[in-house]
Amino acid sequence: MGASSTYDRARSQIVEKPMTAVLGIIAVLLVFDLVRQLATGNLTIARMMSLVLDGVLRGLVIGLAGIGLSMTYSILNFANFAHGDYITAGAFSGWATTYVIAGGFGSAANIGSLALVGSGGSVFGGALGINAVQTPLAVLAGLVVSGVFTVALALAIDKFIYKPIRGSGGIPLLITSVGVAFALRYVIQFVFDSGTRGVTNTGSLPGIRPNVIDGTVAVTAHDVLLILVAGGLMLGVHILLQRTKLGKAMRAMSDDEALARITGIATERVIRSTWIIGGGLTGVSGFMFVLWKGTISWNDGWLLLLLIFAAVILGGIGSVYGAIAGGLVIGLTASTAVIWIPSGFARAAAFGVMILVLVVRPQGIFAGRSTA
Amino acid sequence: MSDDESGGEYGQSTEEQRAVVMGIDFRNDGLMLLTMLLGIYIIYLLAGLVIGFPFRGLMNQIGQLTFWIAVFAMASLALNLHWGYTGLFNIGIVGFMATGVYVTGILSKPVFGSGTSAAEIGGFGLPLWIGIIGGTVAAGLLGLIAALPALRLRADYLAIVTIALSEIVRFSLLSDSLSGHEIAGYRVGLGGGDGVILDYQDPLESLIRALSAPFDLILGEQGWLWNDVYLGIVVDFVANFIPNNPKPVVDNFAYSAVLLLILGGFYVVIRRMGNSPFGRVLKAIREDEDVTNALGKNTNMFKIKSFVVGCALMGLVGILWFGTQGSVTPNTFRPRITFYIWIALIIGGAGSNSGSVMGGAVFAAFLFQGPRYFKNVIETALGNPEAPSSFGQAMLPVSNGDVVPFLLYTLDSIRQLQLFMMGVVLIVLMHRRPDGMLGHRKEPASSIPLTRPIKRSGGGDTVATDGGETDE
Amino acid sequence: MSSEPETSGGTGGVDETDDRTLTTLGGAGDTAEVPLKVSGLEKHFGGITAVDGVEFEIDKGSMTGLIGPNGAGKSTTFNCITGTHKPDGGRVEFNGQDITGLEPYQVADRGLVRTFQIARELGEMTVLENMMVAPKHQRGEALWRSVLPYARNSVNQQEQEILERAWETLEFFDIDHLANEYAENLSGGQRKLLELARALLTDPQMLLLDEPFAGVNPSLEERLLEHIHELRDQGYTFLIVEHDMDLIMENCEKVIVMHQGRILTEGTPEDVRNNEDVIEAYLGGEV
Ligand SMILES: Nc1ncnc2c1ncn2[C@@H]1O[C@H](COP(=O)(O)OP(=O)(O)O)[C@@H](O)[C@H]1O
Ligand SMILES: [Mg+2]
Repeated sequence: MGASSTYDRARSQIVEKPMTAVLGIIAVLLVFDLVRQLATGNLTIARMMSLVLDGVLRGLVIGLAGIGLSMTYSILNFANFAHGDYITAGAFSGWATTYVIAGGFGSAANIGSLALVGSGGSVFGGALGINAVQTPLAVLAGLVVSGVFTVALALAIDKFIYKPIRGSGGIPLLITSVGVAFALRYVIQFVFDSGTRGVTNTGSLPGIRPNVIDGTVAVTAHDVLLILVAGGLMLGVHILLQRTKLGKAMRAMSDDEALARITGIATERVIRSTWIIGGGLTGVSGFMFVLWKGTISWNDGWLLLLLIFAAVILGGIGSVYGAIAGGLVIGLTASTAVIWIPSGFARAAAFGVMILVLVVRPQGIFAGRSTA
Repeated sequence: MSDDESGGEYGQSTEEQRAVVMGIDFRNDGLMLLTMLLGIYIIYLLAGLVIGFPFRGLMNQIGQLTFWIAVFAMASLALNLHWGYTGLFNIGIVGFMATGVYVTGILSKPVFGSGTSAAEIGGFGLPLWIGIIGGTVAAGLLGLIAALPALRLRADYLAIVTIALSEIVRFSLLSDSLSGHEIAGYRVGLGGGDGVILDYQDPLESLIRALSAPFDLILGEQGWLWNDVYLGIVVDFVANFIPNNPKPVVDNFAYSAVLLLILGGFYVVIRRMGNSPFGRVLKAIREDEDVTNALGKNTNMFKIKSFVVGCALMGLVGILWFGTQGSVTPNTFRPRITFYIWIALIIGGAGSNSGSVMGGAVFAAFLFQGPRYFKNVIETALGNPEAPSSFGQAMLPVSNGDVVPFLLYTLDSIRQLQLFMMGVVLIVLMHRRPDGMLGHRKEPASSIPLTRPIKRSGGGDTVATDGGETDE
Repeated sequence: MSSEPETSGGTGGVDETDDRTLTTLGGAGDTAEVPLKVSGLEKHFGGITAVDGVEFEIDKGSMTGLIGPNGAGKSTTFNCITGTHKPDGGRVEFNGQDITGLEPYQVADRGLVRTFQIARELGEMTVLENMMVAPKHQRGEALWRSVLPYARNSVNQQEQEILERAWETLEFFDIDHLANEYAENLSGGQRKLLELARALLTDPQMLLLDEPFAGVNPSLEERLLEHIHELRDQGYTFLIVEHDMDLIMENCEKVIVMHQGRILTEGTPEDVRNNEDVIEAYLGGEV
């Protein structure tokens, strides 16, 4: 323990601790300001709870979509920039189904317009009375189709586009995925047009408005459904990873692909399973996201993508639970940031958190082990 | 080949020197570029002439084509410095462009006054050249701020950080809270979602007036080059061919020509950076940063320099690109612009400067402007028919065997479809030609030709006949 | 390689670093008799103590072997000396200066240069480019000098000198016929040669070679050894990590044996060969 080791320790403290210290101070200041705002009545407790609820729900969507991204990121070793557009594709496939069923297979409106999710303002979801309570079957069918379609899409893209160049490394794959992203996004725009449209009938959507101290917090049936679907699927993934052989193989592969290969786990099979699970969850998250917010647009998924990356990185790439937790943190950040900063910067704040994590702790804040 | 005059002193035969400079046969590179450009222009002209495109429109297309070639080639060169040389995966290019454009705008916009509408914001009213320098420097500074923490990250993380940064820039530009403020007596701001009207003096006019200064001094006039030569002679001459309001067409051409000159400057500067010990270290960092560091190079410094210079140049390209558009809004600066430039670079082949220029030209001609031109030409040929307004309406007649509405809809949606096509092109390139059009090229990074020095200190030619390597 | 130092360079220098850059130094420096001194070096990875209180001194102009079974901590010791890893404790002195915890480039800059256990060539650069990266403080490494017209002339002059040295060194190692190959196309043995040749162009005083003979066929190994001996005779100091005990015993005048992160013993090959602990460690640790 010479002088230099003391020096080293001091050095590492200066490098690591001040960052923590600064972050701590910022956190304290934010809490302080929160208390001040609550005390002065700038912010009601009810509004705060609404924001938190909004953040949690947003976080569930992000987390659900993030599981797939995290899994492919660690097992295939590349950042799939097309992931956001898988979400959009899933959403449109599901909502086309929902429209067609809710529209009575063409009896309520032109079937083409239904299948195109009312492109060009030809049909409105509100007019069809679509919501989880009025048209449960249509919504359920859309949910299933969104998952199934996205699985098929993800598998096809992997087979024809990613697989042939899998050997050339993460960066060429990343660049290729950007190509996939643009191709998908603009095909969707070409077919479904570039308008954002409402898809649900929110007027007749049941919900509750419990009184909370100084106001009310609105909770709709779609909020509840999102919690149930996302929570259920996350639980399912948990069981799958912990209890099944496939889950073990996936965990092994995300830790070390070369090792997994020599220990004889059929990697191609694992990769396929990854796309199936990841794709399914992603598609469903797209459908649920649209159901929850009530509108659909060709760049929904793309706008979500960076938030999902933020969540995945925050949680530690490869970690399923990390993705979920990261999703909640990012969702909450994006939703509650408006308490402190102008709303235009809410999304920027979430990105800021991500950049901070990448720079300070690139292995993620929940890291320890990967996958599970 | 102006670049490397000094080689001769060291005993290379002039033959060798002329044929192979820096390991590239430059004459062929230049030739290839010229041939390609010529080809592009001929295709454009022919397509227009055959269809009977109006002359004015044709000239506009050609001027526009030149503009895009210059812009994408410059951006691609700047990106090549980042990715091709240093291996820095920057997918936030558009953020640096936006920074450059906005800072230039704010510095050089006229001061807010009675003439400005209340909703609008003013600027600092500085001369345009100060604005351009300011914008370029600001983009470089943003690069520096990003570089300090982010350059330690692996490539894919850097990608995510840079694209997030570019989106943060866009959100900031969109934000109401920064849209307009009183600063030191000036009413300035970012304009929020409405964007900024770039009502400074026209860049072309500024440039020509600036160049006019020495002539003005001699002739005792004001803006002689602009008033008498440009407006008086050039525009008047063109009026013989385009009688109705020829100035915009000439402006378009002249500005594009200026951009081509600037592109030449970009090319020389970046090529020199690359073909030098500096560029050699950048390449070494791209290949293996640890090794480069262990060889005694302060790799962080090199990376920061490369990143900042590249970002500043991207800012400058942004200014040259959007600076003449009259106004910009934050949503102009979406990530797809970054995507364009990446495709241009990958078409030409990352790592090669000549490739970057070619990639920029090919992208501009065939992927960017080409489809739009094609649409114009076809629509002109068909007499501007009415296209269906949605995919559904387009598909309906298809079931009856009538594909015309579908084709018209497709043509009408060319702007979306061209992005789809670009995506496909990128995928195909990554599959078939990941090294770009020119393939894998050896372009040794040195400021001199790397031939064996003729001065042999004895020993003769024993080496080559060593029998080769027998190991492994 | 020409052994006469080109002292002044005489290149109409723009900056004061000229002399250092272009001298074939060959350990000709007038610095301390004990260039490298390591004391109490420690490095932990999580729960593993990879290096545990390592101490040794290397004599000027000597060739010292560092041996030990796999996982003994040899590479980690190298990494801690050269700045690739930050040691958790201890001190490294080079030419009397404390270099503990410096960045790798700072260590290399002082004349202590390492090669890697797995040869790390700069794959998509030609062999010649690989070589020409190495010389320190090149004028053209300054961005402005590489761009501005007048300054570039002085860059070109220096480039010519570097080029000549690079060719000479390649000839010395008999890989000059590969000069314009991409380094990634070289065989394993050729890469090892390239790595050593490249390290030499940095004008080191001392070279740390991590398993320079691993993956090299016997005839090339012979040649590599010859080169190293020749360089040693020119005054370079060597510390060589090697797995193969016999090879070290035959070629080094001093041997340091590591085991489980510690120095087991050090001395002449004779002493070490007869040391019970060493026999134990090798037999116990390896079989
Ligand atoms: N970067 C690292 N992270 C974790 N453990 C390491 C790392 N480098 C080396 N080790 C561990 O330190 C010990 C010594 O390794 P090393 O120095 O490579 O041994 P040697 O070169 O003598 O074979 C080994 O147990 C190895 O697993
Ligand atoms: Mg080792």
